[in-house]
Amino acid sequence: MASIGKTLTEKILSRATGKGKLEPGEILGVKVDLVMIHDLTGAPTVKLLGELGVEKVWNPERVVVVLDHQSPPASISAAENQKLLREFVEKQRIKNFYDIGTGICHQVVVEEGYACSGMIIVGADSHTVTYGALGAFSTGMGHTDVAAILATGETWMMIPETMKIVVKGETPRHLTSKDIILHIIGSLGADSALYKSIEFTGEAIKQMSISSRMTITNMSVEMGAKAGLVEPDEKTYQFLNGKARFQVERVKADGNADYSEVYEFKIDGLEPQVALPHTVDNVKPVSEVEGVEVNQAFLGSCTNGRFEDLKAAYQIIKGRKIKRGVRFIVSPASRKVYLKSLKAGIIGGLLNAGATITNPGCTACIGGHIGLLAPGEIAISSSNRNFKGRMGSPEAKVYLASPLTVAASAVKGEITDPRRYLK
Amino acid sequence: MKVKGKALKVGSNIDTDVIIPGRYLTIENPLELAKHAFEPIYPGFTEKARKGVVLVAGGNFGCGSSREQAPLALKHAGVKAIIAESFARIFFRNSINIGLPVLVLKDSQRNFDEGDHVEIDLDKGIIENIAKKKRFQIKPLHPMVKEILEQGGLINYLKRHVKRADLK
Ligand code: SF4
Repeated sequence: MASIGKTLTEKILSRATGKGKLEPGEILGVKVDLVMIHDLTGAPTVKLLGELGVEKVWNPERVVVVLDHQSPPASISAAENQKLLREFVEKQRIKNFYDIGTGICHQVVVEEGYACSGMIIVGADSHTVTYGALGAFSTGMGHTDVAAILATGETWMMIPETMKIVVKGETPRHLTSKDIILHIIGSLGADSALYKSIEFTGEAIKQMSISSRMTITNMSVEMGAKAGLVEPDEKTYQFLNGKARFQVERVKADGNADYSEVYEFKIDGLEPQVALPHTVDNVKPVSEVEGVEVNQAFLGSCTNGRFEDLKAAYQIIKGRKIKRGVRFIVSPASRKVYLKSLKAGIIGGLLNAGATITNPGCTACIGGHIGLLAPGEIAISSSNRNFKGRMGSPEAKVYLASPLTVAASAVKGEITDPRRYLK
Repeated sequence: MKVKGKALKVGSNIDTDVIIPGRYLTIENPLELAKHAFEPIYPGFTEKARKGVVLVAGGNFGCGSSREQAPLALKHAGVKAIIAESFARIFFRNSINIGLPVLVLKDSQRNFDEGDHVEIDLDKGIIENIAKKKRFQIKPLHPMVKEILEQGGLINYLKRHVKRADLK
């Protein structure tokens, strides 16, 4: 009998557990290569460490701390938490500390070269799955789990089944990776990948930039996935070249690997997609929601706040004005993204059109300190979640779409097919 | 270990933003957090939960963010256990880690009505709907998971185990 090969997920977990053969469903101890905490989850993590009597984290070089979620703080309690974290990194001699204004944790971890293919990364944030775009096995956990990892460098994991998603076809010119992932989530459902690891592959994925791949893996958690990966290729290694802080592993799935499910999506001719309130899998083509009036348009987040996204949006905004009465909030995902966009004239152009540019960080995505919605208001957002109350009042509605659709809607004041503005 | 309470039903795909909105995440006191539990979708929840309830949910309970404040707010509001058709994985881990029993039961929605008296025996893996005289045998909990729950959460568990360095 021919032996069954390993998925990319199994290859990585096999190394981290030291076990050659893995059975999905078994619970194993796993060595963690990197841990990330941010201002909202970091403070309770640090307090728990104190409670546990842990004097030193297991390895300060493997810990990244980013202040991004409510940064700058809008309340005294948020300011206190951030103060606590600044004191913590000093005391623990954690060099990998990024204060307010550096950017969204996931963007910073990738930009600064912490996430490398083959690594096991745990973050105290559900969108830690983003780093799968570089072929890392990365997943989110709560702060108690993360405190335990900070103390020991290890955690337990249930070995997940691996699901394969193949994206085929020529990407239409005005289609972004956000449209593709919304389409996939809409087709498969918000719980379709519970406890599973997803591996994205196919021509369309291979042709994508790392930035676009990050949008895809970022949203794999919206299907319940434990991780979402793209097999590292030359593009990945090029991206990591000169940036990687840890060893880059050239890891690949075996040709005869065993997947729990395989789904194929053909994207030729796919329309831009929109997720309607209040679940991410409530997805329709833009033509079915055109005309819904919006009060706020948000361009930013770890899903779509990168240079590529701002540039795409600016294609539409250039030479136009934001509709009176619409707040167009733009939050670059990081200082680096901000600076690059500034140099490219995009920031100036957006300001001229009437956008409000904020500091880099999570801002309106989490409805904590900037750009909250009033009852009855409607927003279109490039972020990843449209849950009730996510961006402010529970009586507000959030539609999710690509940076192009967000920009077109900001100009028209209603949800708009971006193809109307693109030649 | 046994827990009991009155069934309180919620739907499917209940996300952590409706359990506890992001703007409350800087609140440290769990009792203060609990006051805002389910605020966006369930006015009067805390009033109802105070006497001790067992949440009965559909699929994918607790999807969304990694915020551990979500199970914490529920626990301190008076939720004794959650029965669901399936859980989002981070929420599942978080609940166990803070000592809140979470149990998977297929067709959970159909077998309980609001207000039914529920009793759960975690050792035997039995869920009982006393009002309807129904008994369900579920998969027994992983021994480690059971021990964490018995200790009241991962922190207490670790306090016992960390010195022996056998966290696994
Ligand atoms: S941008 Fe939004 S989704 Fe991303 S880490 Fe920040 S709050 Fe979470």
